Amino acid sequence: MNGELVIEDLACARGGVPVLAGVSLRLAPGRALVLRGPNGAGKTTLLRCIAGLAPPLAGRVEGPPVAYGGHADGMKAQLTVAENLRFWAALHGVADIAPALAAFGLERLADRPAGLLSAGQGRRLGLARLLVTGRPLWALDEPTVSLDTARVAQFADVLRAHLAGGGSAVIASHVELGVEADVLDVARFRAVAPVDDGGFA
Amino acid sequence: MIRLFRRDVALAFRAGGGFGLALGFFLIVAVLVPFGVGHDTALLARIAPGVLWLGALLACLLSLDRLFALDREDGALDLLATAPIPLEGVVIAKAAAHWVVTGLPLVLAAPVLGVMLSLPWPAFPWLVASLALGTPALSFIGAFGAALIVGVKRGGLLLSLLVLPLYIPTLIFGAEVVHRGAAGQAVSTPLALLAAVSLGAVALLPFAAAAALRVNLR
Repeated sequence: MNGELVIEDLACARGGVPVLAGVSLRLAPGRALVLRGPNGAGKTTLLRCIAGLAPPLAGRVEGPPVAYGGHADGMKAQLTVAENLRFWAALHGVADIAPALAAFGLERLADRPAGLLSAGQGRRLGLARLLVTGRPLWALDEPTVSLDTARVAQFADVLRAHLAGGGSAVIASHVELGVEADVLDVARFRAVAPVDDGGFA
Repeated sequence: MIRLFRRDVALAFRAGGGFGLALGFFLIVAVLVPFGVGHDTALLARIAPGVLWLGALLACLLSLDRLFALDREDGALDLLATAPIPLEGVVIAKAAAHWVVTGLPLVLAAPVLGVMLSLPWPAFPWLVASLALGTPALSFIGAFGAALIVGVKRGGLLLSLLVLPLYIPTLIFGAEVVHRGAAGQAVSTPLALLAAVSLGAVALLPFAAAAALRVNLR
């Protein structure tokens, strides 16, 4: 495997309901793919499938190890920022959390319980976790939610560095990140058209 | 896995983590029983093994619904599922942490409560031994139940209904060890069976629990 994400004729479901069908794409190292589509189009479903959280109904997903970033950051309110990050780093066999803290400007918050962070600070902690996974492919679901403009730019910088280092990313986002990326409209792959059940006609 | 185990134990000791909750519950149940049945020492001594084991069982159940539900709510379960440890390992680490935080204090506190329920002296070592051997089964069976209900809101009651019947063998053999210990009879048979239930639960249920989690994550 050369670190390329290959998806072939993928069909995936959410909670047993088929959402997407016939998705095929390739994503080379160093490239980013932005998923677009209206709410409910299946962006999250596709990301969870790429991350291996939901097994595909059909087709195949092959690629490098994935760091998944969902709507929730998975941080424990009772642990400090540094403790949270250190836990995920250790789980992924990464020793040093300092670069991840620095990348998202979290050094001064390192000893604060994660439960006392603002929404934006919490999101930055969640994004910093991506760096301590050491994984080449990021699958991110609305990563810029609750970030202010300056922090979105900071995230874009981190993302650019990740791509420059040979990493790749699939990102569901409505925000223009200012990072050169391919765009995929997920709505094209809807598995079944929304059915208007007219009852007993 | 050790990291996850240590994180869960640390979380239990932090504010709102629930450490001591099960222990407090166990203490109160054991204190309430003499009030309920009256101060008949002979009767108390006879029912003490059953009461102590029932108390331990229910105390164990208290914190089980949080085992995976909290991680599910804050998204950590998704991240653990994509981490480089298998889900089976996640289950083992979390169930082991649950045992250390819940089961182990019960084992240590049981002799004190034995005194309160006028448990005969010869039964004390067997009370501790039976709880030490049996409570791991409670944590691992409970982890399986918790994995099944992880997607259910307010699943605590459902969890009790699922898990309590599965606790029956542990309860029977555990209480039997203490009964026989109190009567001065040989305890090796129920003790061996109790250990067998625990070993079986520890060996097999992480796979079942991980399968249940995978289904619930979809």
